[in-house]
Amino acid sequence: MSESTTSSKHVSFLEYKGKYKGLLGWIFSTDHKRVGLLYLYTMLVFFSIAATLGLLMKLQMLAPGHTLMGPQTYNAMFTVHGIIMIFVIVVPGLPAVFGNFFLPLMIGAKDVAFPRLNLASWWIYVIGILVVLSSQFIGGWPDTGWTFYAPYSFQTPVNIVPALVGATIMGFSSILTGINFIVTIHRMRAPGMTWFKMPLFPWTLYATAWIQVLATPVIGITLLLTLMERLLGVGIFDPRLGGDPILYQHLFWIYSHPAVYIMILPGMGVISEIIPVFSRKSIYGYKAIVLSSLAIAFVGYFVWGHHMFTSGMSGRALYAFSFLTFLVAIPSAIKVFNWVSTMHKGSLLLQTPFYWAVSFIFVFMIGGLTGLVLGSLATNVHVHDTYFVVAHFHFIVFGGTGYSFMAAIHYWFPKMFGRMYDRSWANIGWVTFFAGFLSLYTPMFVLGLQGMPRRYYDYLPEFHAWHIFSTLGSILMIAGAAIVIINLVRSSRHGQKTSEKNPWGGKTLEWQADTPPTLENWEEVPTVTQKPYEYK
Amino acid sequence: MILGASTFVEGVDNAFMLILGISFFFLIGITLTIILFIYRYNEKRNPKATPVKDSVTLEVTWTVIPIILVLGMFYYGYVGWIPMKRPPSEGVMVTANARMWSFNFRYENGRVSDKLYVPKDTAVIVNLNALDVLHSFYIPAFRIKEDMVPGLANNRSWFEATKVGSYTIFCAEYCGLQHSYMLSEVVVMEQEDFWNWYNDPDAMVEEIPEDANLALLGRQLVQAKGCVACHSLDGSNLVGPSFAGRFGETITVITGGQEREIEYNEEYITRSIYEPDADISVGFRPGQMLSYEGEITEQEIELIVEFMKSLSEE
Repeated sequence: MSESTTSSKHVSFLEYKGKYKGLLGWIFSTDHKRVGLLYLYTMLVFFSIAATLGLLMKLQMLAPGHTLMGPQTYNAMFTVHGIIMIFVIVVPGLPAVFGNFFLPLMIGAKDVAFPRLNLASWWIYVIGILVVLSSQFIGGWPDTGWTFYAPYSFQTPVNIVPALVGATIMGFSSILTGINFIVTIHRMRAPGMTWFKMPLFPWTLYATAWIQVLATPVIGITLLLTLMERLLGVGIFDPRLGGDPILYQHLFWIYSHPAVYIMILPGMGVISEIIPVFSRKSIYGYKAIVLSSLAIAFVGYFVWGHHMFTSGMSGRALYAFSFLTFLVAIPSAIKVFNWVSTMHKGSLLLQTPFYWAVSFIFVFMIGGLTGLVLGSLATNVHVHDTYFVVAHFHFIVFGGTGYSFMAAIHYWFPKMFGRMYDRSWANIGWVTFFAGFLSLYTPMFVLGLQGMPRRYYDYLPEFHAWHIFSTLGSILMIAGAAIVIINLVRSSRHGQKTSEKNPWGGKTLEWQADTPPTLENWEEVPTVTQKPYEYK
Repeated sequence: MILGASTFVEGVDNAFMLILGISFFFLIGITLTIILFIYRYNEKRNPKATPVKDSVTLEVTWTVIPIILVLGMFYYGYVGWIPMKRPPSEGVMVTANARMWSFNFRYENGRVSDKLYVPKDTAVIVNLNALDVLHSFYIPAFRIKEDMVPGLANNRSWFEATKVGSYTIFCAEYCGLQHSYMLSEVVVMEQEDFWNWYNDPDAMVEEIPEDANLALLGRQLVQAKGCVACHSLDGSNLVGPSFAGRFGETITVITGGQEREIEYNEEYITRSIYEPDADISVGFRPGQMLSYEGEITEQEIELIVEFMKSLSEE
C-alpha cells in the first residue's frame, strides 16, 4: 500500500502504479482485486487446456475402436482432464476469483484480512500446478483417474508422484484462502453490517471457507500416506504390503465429498445475488437460504460413503450413508424454491447474467434430482461407475460451478473492468453453450442406465448411437464456450468504457464503489443500515 | 428400463420408476413455473415489481414435503437392495477371479471357464476375488455390481437368473490400460443343460482328438485366458511383447539384472507363464504380469506353443 496511490482519487486498481511495473505489478500485488484477476487468468488458460482434452476424448468416443488415440493416451487424458478441472478450476473456482475480488467490496472492507497471505495462496497454487505439469517430463502423464485409487496407483508404470505432490500443494493454497476469508468475514464487515445483513454470496463463501479449512487437510494426509507407500514401501493401502485399499477410498471421499460443496456453495451464493437484482425484488427467504447453506456445509461431511456403495463396505454403514445423503438434498431443494419464488411478481430484467442464472437452476435441478438416483441403494448399485455418474457429475459440478461462474462474470464484468461486453454475442454464446451442454451430457444418462461403464476407452456397438449424439453436443458446447470467452476477453480490452457505478441496479455494497474500484475500494467506508436486496 | 433377467430386477426398477417419476414431476413443474414467470413478469409486461413478504408456512411446507418424498425414495431403495446383501446358503458356488484384464470362473468341482455358465431359476453365489488391483463385477441385466478387492475375504455377490440367454459382464472399476476390454459373458442355461455341461466328462479330461488343429486350439486359449489384452497377435507391442513372429528367434532378456541372449522356445514360454518376472524382454517392465501357475496347465502350454509356431510360419 504505497502512500502515493491512496492520495490520488479515482485511480482504478487496473491503472495504479505501485512499487513494480507491468507484469511484476500484478504478480507481486497484494490488492485483493488483482489477486482475483490473477486466479481468473490462470484458470482461463487451464480451462482451455482441460476442455480441449475433454473434446479430444469425446472425438475418440465418436466411434468404437482405435480411432484417434490409443488406450494409454485416452486414460492419461481423462486423468489430466479430471485433475486440472477439479484441483485447478472448480475447487478454487468462485472463491478464488470472485471471492477475492468481491468479498471485501460486498462487506465494505478495504482488502481481505491478510493481503500478503492472499498473494501467497496464488503463488502456492501456481507452484502446485507446475509440479503437476512436471509429471510429463518425469515418467509420463498419470493414468489412474483423478481419484488415484489404490492399489492401481501403486502399480501403474507411470509416475504419479508429481501429480500427488502438486495436488497436496494446491490444497495448502485452498486452506490459506479459507482462513483468510473466515477472518475477513468475522472482523472486517462495514459498520452496521450485522451477520444477517450480510449479502448471500459472502455467506456461502463463509460456509465454503470452513469446509476448505477443515476438510482439505484430510486429502493432504491421504496423499502424503500414498507418497509414503509409493516411495518408502510402507503398507497402508496396498494389500500386497498388508494395507487396505478401501481405507484409501474412505479417506479420499472424506475430503472429496465435502469438496463438492466447496464447488457448489459459492455458485449458489452467486445465483442468490443475481436473481433478486434481476427480479427487482428482495430475495425470498433470506434466512432459509443462509441456514440451508450452513446445513449443506455441515451434513456434507457425513455422506462420503455414498461413493462406495459397491466397494465391499458393511451393509449397515451403507444404509446410514444412503439416509444421510437423502437429507442433504433438502437444503438444495429449499434454495431452488426460494429462487423461483423470488421471481414471482418481480419485474424481470432479461439480460445475460439472468439467462445464465436461470439455466443454472435448470441444470442444477437435473444434477440434484439424478443425485437422488445415486443416493438410493438399489438404483446406485446399477448405475455406480457408469456414464450415469459421469453425466450427474458434470451436471452438478460443471453445470453448478460453470453456469454460476458464467453468471458471475457477466454480472460483475462492468465493475471489474470498467467496460461492457457485447450483449448480443454474450447471448448467442449462452444459447449455443446451453444447447451443446444438454446434448453432450443428457445422452450419458441413457448410456449409464443401459450399463455403459465409465472410463472405457472403447465400447460395445450397442452404445454407439448415443455416443454420436453426445460427441456432436460437445462440439456445439465448445463452440459456445469459445464465443463467450472470446467476447469477454475482447471486451476486457476493447469493450465500451463505462464508469457507471451500478448498471444493473443492485443493492449490495459493491455497486456503491467506483467502476472499476480504486486501490482500497472506498474513500470512506460505507455504513450499512438495511438488509441486502431491499427493493421497495 | 433396459432388459432385465434376474430376481432383483423388479425391486431395483421399482425404485428407479419411483425416483425418476418424482424427479420428472418436479423438474417439469418447476421449469414450467420459471417459464411462466419469465413470460408473465418480464420487465415489459410487468414494469413494477410487487414486494412479497416471506411466509414461514410456505417455507415449512416446502421443507416437509420433500423430506417425506425422499424418505419414501430411501425406503424403496433399501427394499430393492437388501436381497442383494442376503445370499441364500444353498446354490451353485462359483469363484470369480479377476486380473488385469480378464475374468475366469472356477466351480466347486474344479471346472474352470472364462464365461460364467449358470442354470436358470437357481441361486448362484459368486465369491469375488481380485488378484492384482480393484475390479468390479457388473452385470447390467441382473442389476448387480460389486467391487472385487484384492485381499478382501468373503466378498460375495449372488443372483438368480430368470431368463435363458447371454448377458455381458463388465469390469466397472477402472483397472488400467485395457480396462475397456475386460468383458465376459454370463450364459444362462436351462437347468438340465447346465448340469450336463457342469458334469461333462469330456470337459474334465480335456482329451484332445488326434486330428485336432492344435494351433487353432492354442489361439482360442490365448483369447480365452485374456493373454491378448497385453500381447498382440499382429506384431505391435502393448503392455508385453507381441506373440507374433518370435518363436525360434534369439531374443535379449534381463535375468536378475543381467542382460543375456536366449532362444524363444518352449522352455522360455513355460517359464514366462509360470514366472513372468524371471526373464524380462528388453524394453518391458517387470511386475506387470502375475503367474499363471495353476491356471494354465502344461498341456495347455503345448497348445500355446503350437499356436506361436504357426504365427512364425505365416
